[in-house]
Amino acid sequence: MADFDTPELKEYPVIPTIQEGVMAHSKPFIAKEQFQEPLGFPGELVDNWEQVALDKMQELTGKYRSFQVYLDSCVKCGACTDKCHYYLGTSDPKNMPVARQDLLRKVYRRYFTFAGKHFPKLVGAVDLTKDVLDDWYSYFHQCSQCRRCSVYCPYGIDTAEISMAAREIMDTVGVGQKYCNEIIGKVYKIGNNLGLPQPALLDTLEGLEEEVEEDTEVKVRFPLDEKGADILVVTPSADFFAEPHVDGLIGYAKVFHEAGVSWTLSSHASEAANFGMFIGSYENMRQVSLRIREAALDLGVKRIIMGECGHAWRVAYSFLNTLAGPFDFLDPKYPVPMHILEFTHDLIQRGALKLDKSANDDMRLTFHDSCNVARASRMGPKPGGQFTIPREVIKASCNHFFDMPQDTIHDATYCCGGGGGLLTDDLMELRVKGALPRMEALKHVVEEHGVTHMAAICAICKSQFSKVLPYYGFTMDSIVSVHQLVSNAIVLTNKE
Amino acid sequence: MSFWTVVYALLFYTATALLVGGLAYKIRQYAKTPAPLKIPTTPAPVTRSGVVLRMGREVVFFESLFRSNKWIWIFGYLFHFGMFLALARHIRYFQNPVWTWVDLIQPFGMYAGFAMAAGLLGLWARRFLVDRVRYISALSDHLMLALLVAIAATGLSMDFIAHTDIVQLKSFFLGLMVFNWQPIPEDPLLLLHLGLVAILMIIFPISKLLHAPGVFFSPTRNQVDNPREQRHLAPWAAELEK
Repeated sequence: MADFDTPELKEYPVIPTIQEGVMAHSKPFIAKEQFQEPLGFPGELVDNWEQVALDKMQELTGKYRSFQVYLDSCVKCGACTDKCHYYLGTSDPKNMPVARQDLLRKVYRRYFTFAGKHFPKLVGAVDLTKDVLDDWYSYFHQCSQCRRCSVYCPYGIDTAEISMAAREIMDTVGVGQKYCNEIIGKVYKIGNNLGLPQPALLDTLEGLEEEVEEDTEVKVRFPLDEKGADILVVTPSADFFAEPHVDGLIGYAKVFHEAGVSWTLSSHASEAANFGMFIGSYENMRQVSLRIREAALDLGVKRIIMGECGHAWRVAYSFLNTLAGPFDFLDPKYPVPMHILEFTHDLIQRGALKLDKSANDDMRLTFHDSCNVARASRMGPKPGGQFTIPREVIKASCNHFFDMPQDTIHDATYCCGGGGGLLTDDLMELRVKGALPRMEALKHVVEEHGVTHMAAICAICKSQFSKVLPYYGFTMDSIVSVHQLVSNAIVLTNKE
Repeated sequence: MSFWTVVYALLFYTATALLVGGLAYKIRQYAKTPAPLKIPTTPAPVTRSGVVLRMGREVVFFESLFRSNKWIWIFGYLFHFGMFLALARHIRYFQNPVWTWVDLIQPFGMYAGFAMAAGLLGLWARRFLVDRVRYISALSDHLMLALLVAIAATGLSMDFIAHTDIVQLKSFFLGLMVFNWQPIPEDPLLLLHLGLVAILMIIFPISKLLHAPGVFFSPTRNQVDNPREQRHLAPWAAELEK
């Protein structure tokens, strides 16, 4: 089915020679009017789109300091050129972070800077034409907003900020991406990305209760919309049925069961992911976030805990207080929101969980740091807790853990290849090629330490890896949820 | 008053005004533009003083660049700190008496010029030799390096090959600062050196040299990692809540 070649896994990572235009054909489906309209965007390319786009660009430079400073500050030093997984996987030079930014920067220069207005050729400034817009659509949908480039840039220029602005400009002129915009519409209409209505959720959760009871002979509850519960759990909707996501959800439920706390999911806020971030739309990101606030108020909970999800944790950790706060109606003893791993880790630290590591002896594990958890958030009180806490939970749940090479983990981690609104079948070639650096790192520990499974804490990573692992000769079930490991190891002492 | 004295006096007044005015305009723009979301590249400091340290390491040691690419780091560091020392050495032309520390660094300042030139040539070589960097280089990127190399070369020439009348030059600049014009030494090498420096000053606020103030305003580097503890809200975002 694939009309492209899967890149070869090399013994040592190689920086490819540039091959111009090899990914110019890669474009996700464009959103039709029905998917644009609920988000407040025009349904097709507006007549005076050039002016609308430039007006939007100017508005954004006034609203986002990052956008303004980053458009001005790049010196083209080249430090970022070999840092993007999409460049490493495709060799297309427009996938080098600086070149991707330049697609927009050269238009900014043409219309908003002295040098670009008067000496466009000298500084590489260009007019905004349909060809430029097409290039934007193609290459700003080849950025997963993973921020790896921003780690290495001497000025911290974050291509994600530029990509988000570019997508916002494109949405504003009527050229939106179907995958993201359709999903945001579903959240508005139903409450989650997958469009699972309340009865379907209830049915699924009842099924899980039965399944766990059969397995363990303990009645572990999966409550939905229970008013008066202490904890609202918001998790990516993939956790309700996709593999290995759902095994993670079972893990959360067992942990809550053992902790003896009352918790509930919400059908109104049945989605942790916030695709508003992917399209760079503050307004849409805010609308999606407010559902969590509404659910927390409606259910009268005291705390909010987020499930395993990467970009979702970024929005929750870094933006939720801004977008939907203040959360002064919640219990001030706990951070808002908390990550499920912070909760589980705390129980483990206090010796409140009984874990039988040997339950995971059939696996030799490594851990994939999800990009937005690693570089755009934190867990626990100390910087870097987002690296140590998941690893400590994994090590408490299994006997065999091995990290991948240093330059591919922690804040140097590679994106899975499907983040930032690219987890769609119409971008399969990009997804497979973008996974190359992670696959090479995985291969390394497979050969070195006999690793059999890779754990992850992001719904997108899990779905992406299930799909692309087979292209590289791994099995699709070698990706697991961290709370799946907890679920396997946990000894249910609370028989109630 | 000679022709060259008038031209260079006016040139330096203009260049200084454009440099200061242009930078003030951009810095004001950066400072006034809100950063609506918390986007520090993590792990990030959780306190203000931690951020000051992070920014200090970034500006003094080019920490991120060091992690990124050792060649660019070496050349970039040689260039920037060579230039910094060379510039510091030039302070003596603008003051009387001269600060002790400026006197003390004079010998280092001279060799710093070589470091600066070497760094620049290294960076320039990358623009030709590395295919990725060649791809992203515009004509202006080459010209910027050419300009800086020429400034370094003319400056070094006056140190090591053909000395200029430094006493007269000093009286020119001291006079310029108090609007009491004194004749400039009419040495072609010096006039070229000064002309190039004036060009650099003029293009500073309208070019990529804005990375110098820009880095201090970069939200990924200057924000405190405390979004859960403190609500961060931009004025335009607060409007949405009404």
